Amino acid sequence: MGEKTLTRMDLSEAVYNSVGLSRNESAQLVESVLQHMSDALVSGETVKISSFGTFSVRAKTARVGRNPKTGEEVPIHPRRVLTFRPSHLMKDRVAAGNKR
Amino acid sequence: MIRSELIQKLSEENPHLFQRDVERIVNTIFDEIIEAMAKGDRVELRGFGAFSVKKRDARAGRNPRTGESVAVDQKHVPFFKTGKLLRDRLNGG
Repeated sequence: MGEKTLTRMDLSEAVYNSVGLSRNESAQLVESVLQHMSDALVSGETVKISSFGTFSVRAKTARVGRNPKTGEEVPIHPRRVLTFRPSHLMKDRVAAGNKR
Repeated sequence: MIRSELIQKLSEENPHLFQRDVERIVNTIFDEIIEAMAKGDRVELRGFGAFSVKKRDARAGRNPRTGESVAVDQKHVPFFKTGKLLRDRLNGG
């Protein structure tokens, strides 16, 4: 099992190798993809990428939390959280690829 | 937003690119992330989030309909953690 960490650079490189674009433009396209997805999520939209997965935004209500160290009660304000649900294809590929 | 809408937005912003190239670019990005995780690698996209693989131990599961106990093997599952910038933006930051 690998332990490498891929970054934007690796994704840009893959884009660069797949289409005849400059490295700079490839990097910009990777950035645009992430930007469009983020903007949609911030506006409350669900982002559904077939055969990859679904990102959705859920609203959490306020609750009373506790500082585990001091036991002190702290209010947790209502907030929005992002959840990712992987597609079956992703789950299958990840399960199969990491089997030994 | 679905994949085709994402492709359309990118095409509109990049009129010099063929739509089929934009499709290819988008597919490459998502395929690359899946391929990395299939190898057990992490994909860290600062500001957006990080994709990683988590190990789930073998356990004794139960068929919820029959109550029968079944062995569930150890497996690896995809995991996504939202990046700080996006988390802050979701909450008006």
